[in-house]
Amino acid sequence: MASLDRVKVLVLGDSGVGKSSLVHLLCQNQVLGNPSWTVGCSVDVRVHDYKEGTPVEKTYYIELWDVGGSVGSASSVKSTRAVFYNSINGIILVHDLTNKKSSQNLYRWSSEALNKDLVPTGVLVTNGEYDQEQFAENQIPLLVIGTKLDQIHETKRHEVLTRTAFLAEDFNAEEINLDCTNPRYLAAGSSNAVKLSRFFDKVIEKRYSLRDSNQIPGFPDRKRFWGGTLKGLHYD
Amino acid sequence: MSFLIDSSIMITSQILFFGFGWLFFMRQLFKDYEVRQYVVQVIFSVTFAFSCTMFELIIFEILGVLNSSSRYFHWKLNLCVILLILVFLVPFYIGYFIVSNIRLLHKQRLLFSCLLWLTFMYFFWKLGDPFPILSPKHGILSIEQLISRVGVIGVTLMALLSGFGAVNCPYTYMSYFLRNVTDVDILALERRLLQTMDMIISKKKRMAMTRRTMFQKGEVHNKPSGFWGMIKSITTSAPGSENLNLIQQEVDALEELSRQLFLETADLHATKERIEYSKTFKGKYFNFLGYFFSIYCVWKIFMATINIVFDRVGKTDPVTRGIEITVNYLGIQFDFFYAISSSKSSNVIVLLLAQIMGMYFVSSVLLIRMSMPLEYRTIITEVLGELQFNFYHRWFDVIFLVSALSSILFLYLAHKQAPEKHMTP
Repeated sequence: MASLDRVKVLVLGDSGVGKSSLVHLLCQNQVLGNPSWTVGCSVDVRVHDYKEGTPVEKTYYIELWDVGGSVGSASSVKSTRAVFYNSINGIILVHDLTNKKSSQNLYRWSSEALNKDLVPTGVLVTNGEYDQEQFAENQIPLLVIGTKLDQIHETKRHEVLTRTAFLAEDFNAEEINLDCTNPRYLAAGSSNAVKLSRFFDKVIEKRYSLRDSNQIPGFPDRKRFWGGTLKGLHYD
Repeated sequence: MSFLIDSSIMITSQILFFGFGWLFFMRQLFKDYEVRQYVVQVIFSVTFAFSCTMFELIIFEILGVLNSSSRYFHWKLNLCVILLILVFLVPFYIGYFIVSNIRLLHKQRLLFSCLLWLTFMYFFWKLGDPFPILSPKHGILSIEQLISRVGVIGVTLMALLSGFGAVNCPYTYMSYFLRNVTDVDILALERRLLQTMDMIISKKKRMAMTRRTMFQKGEVHNKPSGFWGMIKSITTSAPGSENLNLIQQEVDALEELSRQLFLETADLHATKERIEYSKTFKGKYFNFLGYFFSIYCVWKIFMATINIVFDRVGKTDPVTRGIEITVNYLGIQFDFFYAISSSKSSNVIVLLLAQIMGMYFVSSVLLIRMSMPLEYRTIITEVLGELQFNFYHRWFDVIFLVSALSSILFLYLAHKQAPEKHMTP
């Protein structure tokens, strides 16, 4: 009963990029004063008005699951983390704009979260390489957020932003670049706030329209099943 | 002429070692992080290069390669450079990077790192006083003074790590110590973890709603920050605000519980993997090695006790003992460093590693002297001056014994505690 009402969004990224600060900012509209290491997973809840300003406005609770750790962790830690990847409705990928490796690791993070059902042993089959097919048929909405924007010097800003634009394109996602210690980046009415709101709306739509389509038994599922096996035959 | 040839050989080998250290740094140590400060990489590679060169010189000494006067020159040069690095350069940079991480002191980084370095030098110097390391003939800033102190620290470190490794190595390899973990245990623990997360979420939902209604009503939530904040909150707190603080406390407790459950689950997963690994060929081989090592360790501990009790200086040198054991578990050491490093502290960790490695190598040279036949000892004694070598061997034995015994105690307690935790429903 409880799982029917939940909207679960994962927040993934390397350690030290600012996920905890970001989640705190999104949920409590305040800057996190004393960030410390996240052990395991920390959850926070954001109250979101779906389709704000329209007659069908409705309030939802969005759970933001901030999973700590690094992509290079031992496989036992990865297997333990996998327990948090059940039934996710959206993923926020966080990277540090001052650290190129954290952006590159996002491919591995998304593979880890999305491939969770396909690889039971927890070992990545693709070795973290970018698999275009996997992202093309991915149904879960993604959002890419770059942090520590204030630490990028004016002259380098253009180069960094071009790079992140390519990154977001690869994931077929929107991107937001901000500084987690400054609430004005997400001020109401700013383009960042609009993008964020659109992302959460998309997550909720995907989540609840899925529930609606299940009332037509079997048909969409059968289509996906055939698509999957055909692909398997093709590569054999 | 031969001096030039010898020097060029030495320099080429040093460049080779430097390159090797650089590659090792990039591929292994920093494989998940981005190198922003190249200074760290350079320092690490340089320390590695000079440490390896020292061993190379010992081998050359034994084999009789190169001219003896050029060997002597290179020994002195090498020793001077490595002491300079270990005593001046690396500690200063460690202090600098530690200070850079602290936000408050960011502005006056240089000043504070100099202060830190001066404190380090003070304690480093004081270290030499209680030990009977050298005769008072020598001046203050001589090589012997510095080497003796570096030697003491290095030997202590080596003995500590050898002692721990001697005990930990068989414990890790042998499957006798593996607790029996089934999938059912893991699933049960995971379910508990998810239930705790659900409880946290429901409480946070209440808090979020309360905050929203408070915001809409125009109330302000007073977080009790600091001493005066707490006093103020007693007198002027809105009911909603009080409620929030109460729930926040419950959430904090639940979050602590979830962290512990997560760590326990990770532990169970790791144990399960070790059980599976022990069933493979490699695992069985290491298991056998573990039994062999445990007998070996017990014998070494016994020998160390005998040496101390009967006031003997060990004929079999501690270096081979130390190096064998430590080389085998060097992998575990690096795992420890990976576990505690993060993108902020990675620079400091690598520099600490370089420092330890340098001191290790210097003290190995000191101890190796004992095991070398008389004719090869001359050059080392000449270069290192009149250090009391017997002292180092005794000191190594004592620290090795203490470290091994305390590791046994520690592992025993840890092993005992763990199964009890999982048996409680």
